[in-house]
Amino acid sequence: MHELPVTMSILSIVLEHAKTVKASKISLIKLTIGELSGIVPEYIELQFGFLSKDTIAAGASISFHRPPAELRCRSCATIFSPDNQNWACPNCGEQKIEIVSGRECYVESMEVE
Amino acid sequence: MEIKVLTIKEDILGANEEKARSNQARLDKHGILTINIMSSPGAGKTSLILQTINRLRPEIGIAVIEGDIASQVDADKIHQQGVPIIQINIPGGCHLDANMIENALDNLPLKEVDLLIIENVGNLICPAEFDLGEHKRVILASMPEGDDKPYKYPLMFTEADVVLVNKLDLLPHLDFNASYFCEGVTRLNPTVKIFQVSCKTGEGLEQWFSWLLAQMKDKKAGQAA
Repeated sequence: MHELPVTMSILSIVLEHAKTVKASKISLIKLTIGELSGIVPEYIELQFGFLSKDTIAAGASISFHRPPAELRCRSCATIFSPDNQNWACPNCGEQKIEIVSGRECYVESMEVE
Repeated sequence: MEIKVLTIKEDILGANEEKARSNQARLDKHGILTINIMSSPGAGKTSLILQTINRLRPEIGIAVIEGDIASQVDADKIHQQGVPIIQINIPGGCHLDANMIENALDNLPLKEVDLLIIENVGNLICPAEFDLGEHKRVILASMPEGDDKPYKYPLMFTEADVVLVNKLDLLPHLDFNASYFCEGVTRLNPTVKIFQVSCKTGEGLEQWFSWLLAQMKDKKAGQAA
Protein backbone atom coordinates (compact mmCIF):
# COMPACT_ATOMS: atom_id res chain seq x y z
CA MET A 1 0.00 0.00 0.00
CA HIS A 2 3.05 2.22 -0.31
CA GLU A 3 1.51 3.69 -3.48
CA LEU A 4 -1.59 5.15 -1.85
CA PRO A 5 -0.03 8.38 -0.50
CA VAL A 6 1.93 8.63 -3.76
CA THR A 7 -1.28 8.40 -5.82
CA MET A 8 -3.04 10.92 -3.56
CA SER A 9 -0.16 13.29 -4.06
CA ILE A 10 -0.25 12.85 -7.87
CA LEU A 11 -3.96 13.66 -7.87
CA SER A 12 -3.50 16.77 -5.79
CA ILE A 13 -0.60 18.00 -7.99
CA VAL A 14 -2.53 17.57 -11.25
CA LEU A 15 -5.74 19.11 -9.89
CA GLU A 16 -3.84 22.12 -8.64
CA HIS A 17 -2.10 22.68 -11.98
CA ALA A 18 -5.38 22.18 -13.86
CA LYS A 19 -6.98 24.85 -11.69
CA THR A 20 -4.34 27.44 -12.57
CA VAL A 21 -5.23 27.17 -16.28
CA LYS A 22 -8.98 26.74 -15.59
CA ALA A 23 -9.06 23.36 -17.33
CA SER A 24 -12.31 21.42 -17.41
CA LYS A 25 -10.81 17.99 -17.97
CA ILE A 26 -7.48 16.22 -17.50
CA SER A 27 -7.01 13.67 -20.26
CA LEU A 28 -3.42 12.45 -19.92
CA ILE A 29 -0.88 12.42 -17.10
CA LYS A 30 2.77 11.60 -17.78
CA LEU A 31 4.70 10.30 -14.80
CA THR A 32 8.39 9.56 -14.44
CA ILE A 33 8.84 6.70 -11.98
CA GLY A 34 12.34 5.24 -11.78
CA GLU A 35 12.91 1.51 -11.59
CA LEU A 36 14.45 1.87 -8.13
CA SER A 37 11.67 4.03 -6.71
CA GLY A 38 9.88 1.00 -5.29
CA ILE A 39 6.60 2.13 -6.85
CA VAL A 40 4.41 -0.25 -8.85
CA PRO A 41 2.74 1.57 -11.80
CA GLU A 42 -0.23 -0.83 -11.94
CA TYR A 43 -1.18 0.11 -8.37
CA ILE A 44 -0.98 3.82 -9.20
CA GLU A 45 -3.35 3.31 -12.13
CA LEU A 46 -5.79 1.30 -10.05
CA GLN A 47 -5.82 3.73 -7.16
CA PHE A 48 -5.92 6.78 -9.41
CA GLY A 49 -9.08 5.50 -11.09
CA PHE A 50 -10.72 5.14 -7.72
CA LEU A 51 -9.50 8.37 -6.12
CA SER A 52 -10.16 10.61 -9.11
CA LYS A 53 -13.70 9.52 -9.94
CA ASP A 54 -15.47 12.67 -8.76
CA THR A 55 -12.87 15.07 -10.14
CA ILE A 56 -11.94 16.52 -13.54
CA ALA A 57 -9.16 13.91 -13.66
CA ALA A 58 -11.65 11.04 -13.84
CA GLY A 59 -10.88 8.78 -16.79
CA ALA A 60 -7.44 10.34 -17.42
CA SER A 61 -4.87 8.06 -19.03
CA ILE A 62 -1.59 7.69 -17.21
CA SER A 63 1.65 7.03 -19.03
CA PHE A 64 4.81 5.98 -17.24
CA HIS A 65 8.38 6.78 -18.17
CA ARG A 66 10.59 4.36 -16.24
CA PRO A 67 14.25 5.41 -16.09
CA PRO A 68 16.38 2.33 -15.47
CA ALA A 69 18.77 1.98 -12.56
CA GLU A 70 22.16 3.57 -13.27
CA LEU A 71 25.07 3.28 -10.90
CA ARG A 72 28.43 5.05 -10.76
CA CYS A 73 31.49 3.20 -9.54
CA ARG A 74 33.14 5.14 -6.71
CA SER A 75 36.52 3.83 -7.73
CA CYS A 76 36.77 4.33 -11.53
CA ALA A 77 33.66 6.48 -12.15
CA THR A 78 32.23 4.07 -14.76
CA ILE A 79 28.48 4.49 -15.11
CA PHE A 80 26.61 1.24 -15.67
CA SER A 81 23.22 -0.40 -15.47
CA PRO A 82 23.33 -3.20 -12.95
CA ASP A 83 21.62 -6.49 -13.36
CA ASN A 84 19.35 -7.60 -10.59
CA GLN A 85 21.91 -9.71 -8.76
CA ASN A 86 25.14 -7.93 -9.31
CA TRP A 87 25.87 -4.33 -8.46
CA ALA A 88 29.63 -4.61 -8.98
CA CYS A 89 31.37 -2.36 -11.53
CA PRO A 90 31.80 -4.18 -14.87
CA ASN A 91 35.02 -2.24 -15.53
CA CYS A 92 37.05 -2.67 -12.34
CA GLY A 93 34.95 -5.09 -10.27
CA GLU A 94 34.72 -2.65 -7.37
CA GLN A 95 31.54 -3.00 -5.34
CA LYS A 96 31.43 0.52 -3.94
CA ILE A 97 28.86 2.36 -5.98
CA GLU A 98 26.42 5.24 -5.85
CA ILE A 99 23.01 5.52 -7.47
CA VAL A 100 22.89 7.99 -10.37
CA SER A 101 19.37 7.40 -11.58
CA GLY A 102 16.40 5.15 -11.09
CA ARG A 103 14.89 6.79 -8.01
CA GLU A 104 12.94 9.49 -9.92
CA CYS A 105 9.38 10.07 -8.84
CA TYR A 106 7.69 13.09 -10.39
CA VAL A 107 4.83 14.35 -12.52
CA GLU A 108 6.38 15.18 -15.89
CA SER A 109 3.47 16.82 -17.72
CA MET A 110 -0.21 16.51 -18.48
CA GLU A 111 -2.76 17.21 -21.17
CA VAL A 112 -5.87 19.17 -20.27
CA GLU A 113 -8.92 20.42 -22.12
CA MET B 1 -12.07 21.30 -27.20
CA GLU B 2 -8.49 22.51 -27.41
CA ILE B 3 -5.94 20.30 -25.75
CA LYS B 4 -3.19 22.01 -23.80
CA VAL B 5 0.00 20.33 -22.69
CA LEU B 6 1.28 21.53 -19.33
CA THR B 7 4.83 20.85 -18.27
CA ILE B 8 4.83 20.18 -14.54
CA LYS B 9 8.09 18.52 -13.38
CA GLU B 10 6.90 18.38 -9.81
CA ASP B 11 8.26 15.93 -7.28
CA ILE B 12 5.42 13.63 -6.22
CA LEU B 13 6.70 13.46 -2.67
CA GLY B 14 7.47 17.20 -2.63
CA ALA B 15 4.69 18.01 -0.17
CA ASN B 16 6.12 15.45 2.26
CA GLU B 17 9.65 16.85 1.81
CA GLU B 18 8.41 20.33 2.56
CA LYS B 19 6.64 19.20 5.69
CA ALA B 20 9.76 17.28 6.74
CA ARG B 21 11.84 20.45 6.42
CA SER B 22 9.38 22.36 8.56
CA ASN B 23 9.47 19.59 11.20
CA GLN B 24 13.24 19.75 11.21
CA ALA B 25 13.26 23.52 11.63
CA ARG B 26 10.92 23.15 14.59
CA LEU B 27 13.11 20.46 16.17
CA ASP B 28 16.21 22.58 15.59
CA LYS B 29 14.58 25.52 17.32
CA HIS B 30 14.26 23.37 20.43
CA GLY B 31 17.73 21.86 20.01
CA ILE B 32 16.28 18.35 19.74
CA LEU B 33 18.31 15.64 18.00
CA THR B 34 15.86 13.38 16.16
CA ILE B 35 16.60 9.87 14.97
CA ASN B 36 14.43 7.71 12.74
CA ILE B 37 14.85 4.00 13.49
CA MET B 38 13.88 1.65 10.68
CA SER B 39 13.98 -2.14 10.54
CA SER B 40 12.02 -5.26 9.68
CA PRO B 41 9.37 -6.33 12.19
CA GLY B 42 10.96 -8.08 15.15
CA ALA B 43 14.53 -6.85 14.71
CA GLY B 44 14.45 -5.26 18.16
CA LYS B 45 13.59 -1.58 17.71
CA THR B 46 11.62 -1.35 20.94
CA SER B 47 14.33 -3.22 22.89
CA LEU B 48 16.92 -0.81 21.52
CA ILE B 49 14.82 2.16 22.56
CA LEU B 50 14.30 0.75 26.06
CA GLN B 51 18.04 0.15 26.44
CA THR B 52 18.75 3.68 25.23
CA ILE B 53 16.26 5.20 27.67
CA ASN B 54 17.72 3.22 30.58
CA ARG B 55 21.26 4.25 29.78
CA LEU B 56 20.81 7.93 28.92
CA ARG B 57 18.22 9.11 31.37
CA PRO B 58 17.87 11.10 33.56
CA GLU B 59 20.67 13.31 32.16
CA ILE B 60 18.99 13.47 28.77
CA GLY B 61 15.33 14.26 28.12
CA ILE B 62 13.94 11.62 25.77
CA ALA B 63 10.62 11.38 23.92
CA VAL B 64 9.43 8.66 21.57
CA ILE B 65 7.09 8.52 18.59
CA GLU B 66 5.94 4.99 17.90
CA GLY B 67 4.56 3.88 14.52
CA ASP B 68 2.64 0.62 14.22
CA ILE B 69 -0.08 -0.88 12.07
CA ALA B 70 -2.14 -1.67 15.16
CA SER B 71 -1.97 -1.92 18.97
CA GLN B 72 -0.06 0.03 21.58
CA VAL B 73 1.97 -2.88 22.87
CA ASP B 74 5.28 -1.11 22.23
CA ALA B 75 4.01 2.23 23.50
CA ASP B 76 2.93 0.64 26.78
CA LYS B 77 6.44 -0.72 27.37
CA ILE B 78 7.98 2.68 26.76
CA HIS B 79 5.31 4.51 28.74
CA GLN B 80 6.19 2.36 31.76
CA GLN B 81 9.61 4.03 31.71
CA GLY B 82 7.91 7.38 32.26
CA VAL B 83 8.96 8.76 28.88
CA PRO B 84 6.59 10.98 26.86
CA ILE B 85 5.33 8.86 23.98
CA ILE B 86 2.96 9.31 21.08
CA GLN B 87 1.60 6.16 19.46
CA ILE B 88 0.65 6.46 15.79
CA ASN B 89 -1.45 3.63 14.37
CA ILE B 90 -1.78 3.45 10.61
CA PRO B 91 -4.05 0.54 9.70
CA GLY B 92 -3.16 -0.61 6.20
CA GLY B 93 -0.21 1.80 6.05
CA CYS B 94 3.41 0.80 5.87
CA HIS B 95 5.45 3.85 6.92
CA LEU B 96 5.28 7.11 8.84
CA ASP B 97 5.16 10.39 6.94
CA ALA B 98 6.09 13.96 7.82
CA ASN B 99 2.50 15.01 8.41
CA MET B 100 2.03 12.37 11.10
CA ILE B 101 5.19 13.57 12.80
CA GLU B 102 4.00 17.17 12.73
CA ASN B 103 0.83 16.14 14.55
CA ALA B 104 2.84 14.16 17.09
CA LEU B 105 5.15 17.13 17.74
CA ASP B 106 2.09 19.22 18.63
CA ASN B 107 1.46 16.79 21.46
CA LEU B 108 4.94 16.38 22.94
CA PRO B 109 6.54 18.57 25.64
CA LEU B 110 9.30 19.74 23.27
CA LYS B 111 10.92 22.05 25.83
CA GLU B 112 11.85 19.06 27.98
CA VAL B 113 13.24 16.95 25.13
CA ASP B 114 16.89 16.63 24.01
CA LEU B 115 16.51 13.42 22.02
CA LEU B 116 13.46 12.38 20.00
CA ILE B 117 13.40 8.76 18.90
CA ILE B 118 11.01 7.83 16.09
CA GLU B 119 10.31 4.13 15.79
CA ASN B 120 9.11 3.67 12.21
CA VAL B 121 6.77 0.90 11.10
CA GLY B 122 8.61 -2.42 10.78
CA ASN B 123 9.34 -2.57 7.04
CA LEU B 124 12.57 -2.54 5.02
CA ILE B 125 11.13 -0.95 1.90
CA CYS B 126 9.14 2.27 1.95
CA PRO B 127 9.98 4.04 5.22
CA ALA B 128 13.24 5.10 3.52
CA GLU B 129 11.33 7.06 0.87
CA PHE B 130 9.51 9.28 3.35
CA ASP B 131 11.61 11.90 5.06
CA LEU B 132 10.19 12.81 8.46
CA GLY B 133 12.47 15.71 9.34
CA GLU B 134 14.89 13.52 11.30
CA HIS B 135 18.57 14.41 11.67
CA LYS B 136 19.91 10.87 11.55
CA ARG B 137 18.69 7.63 10.04
CA VAL B 138 19.31 4.44 11.90
CA ILE B 139 18.76 0.98 10.47
CA LEU B 140 18.48 -1.89 12.84
CA ALA B 141 19.12 -5.27 11.27
CA SER B 142 19.24 -8.48 13.27
CA MET B 143 21.40 -11.49 12.72
CA PRO B 144 18.57 -14.09 12.47
CA GLU B 145 17.22 -12.16 9.46
CA GLY B 146 20.31 -13.21 7.51
CA ASP B 147 23.44 -11.55 6.18
CA ASP B 148 21.92 -10.88 2.75
CA LYS B 149 19.59 -8.03 3.75
CA PRO B 150 21.76 -5.19 2.33
CA TYR B 151 21.83 -7.07 -0.99
CA LYS B 152 18.08 -7.69 -1.06
CA TYR B 153 16.95 -4.29 0.22
CA PRO B 154 19.77 -2.02 -0.99
CA LEU B 155 17.95 1.31 -1.03
CA MET B 156 17.16 1.26 2.64
CA PHE B 157 20.87 1.10 3.45
CA THR B 158 22.04 3.85 1.09
CA GLU B 159 20.94 6.72 3.30
CA ALA B 160 21.56 5.32 6.76
CA ASP B 161 23.92 7.10 9.14
CA VAL B 162 24.20 4.07 11.40
CA VAL B 163 23.45 0.40 10.93
CA LEU B 164 23.07 -1.61 14.11
CA VAL B 165 23.18 -5.39 13.82
CA ASN B 166 21.24 -6.77 16.74
CA LYS B 167 20.96 -10.18 18.44
CA LEU B 168 24.71 -10.72 18.61
CA ASP B 169 24.00 -13.10 21.51
CA LEU B 170 22.47 -15.55 18.99
CA LEU B 171 25.49 -15.55 16.66
CA PRO B 172 26.85 -18.95 17.82
CA HIS B 173 23.59 -20.53 16.62
CA LEU B 174 23.45 -18.82 13.24
CA ASP B 175 25.20 -18.90 9.86
CA PHE B 176 25.53 -15.13 9.81
CA ASN B 177 28.61 -13.88 7.98
CA ALA B 178 29.26 -10.44 9.48
CA SER B 179 31.88 -9.41 6.93
CA TYR B 180 29.57 -10.30 4.02
CA PHE B 181 26.84 -8.23 5.64
CA CYS B 182 29.13 -5.24 6.29
CA GLU B 183 30.51 -5.37 2.74
CA GLY B 184 26.95 -5.24 1.42
CA VAL B 185 26.29 -2.10 3.45
CA THR B 186 29.52 -0.22 2.79
CA ARG B 187 29.50 -0.80 -0.97
CA LEU B 188 26.41 1.43 -1.05
CA ASN B 189 27.28 3.68 1.81
CA PRO B 190 31.01 3.98 2.50
CA THR B 191 30.74 6.39 5.44
CA VAL B 192 28.11 4.51 7.45
CA LYS B 193 28.89 3.33 10.99
CA ILE B 194 28.11 -0.31 11.69
CA PHE B 195 27.80 -1.60 15.26
CA GLN B 196 27.16 -5.20 16.24
CA VAL B 197 25.07 -5.28 19.39
CA SER B 198 22.83 -7.34 21.61
CA CYS B 199 19.89 -5.48 23.09
CA LYS B 200 19.36 -8.51 25.32
CA THR B 201 22.78 -8.70 26.97
CA GLY B 202 23.86 -5.11 26.32
CA GLU B 203 26.99 -6.25 24.45
CA GLY B 204 28.26 -3.65 21.97
CA LEU B 205 25.70 -1.04 22.96
CA GLU B 206 28.31 1.32 24.43
CA GLN B 207 29.44 2.16 20.87
CA TRP B 208 25.87 3.11 20.03
CA PHE B 209 25.46 5.26 23.15
CA SER B 210 28.79 7.01 22.49
CA TRP B 211 27.78 7.72 18.90
CA LEU B 212 24.43 9.09 20.03
CA LEU B 213 25.99 11.28 22.74
CA ALA B 214 28.53 12.60 20.22
CA GLN B 215 25.72 13.55 17.82
CA MET B 216 23.88 15.34 20.60
CA LYS B 217 27.03 17.19 21.58
CA ASP B 218 27.60 18.25 17.95
CA LYS B 219 24.02 19.41 17.75
CA LYS B 220 24.30 21.53 20.89
CA ALA B 221 27.65 22.94 19.68
CA GLY B 222 26.07 23.79 16.31
CA GLN B 223 23.22 25.44 18.15
CA ALA B 224 25.53 27.57 20.28
CA ALA B 225 27.70 28.63 17.32
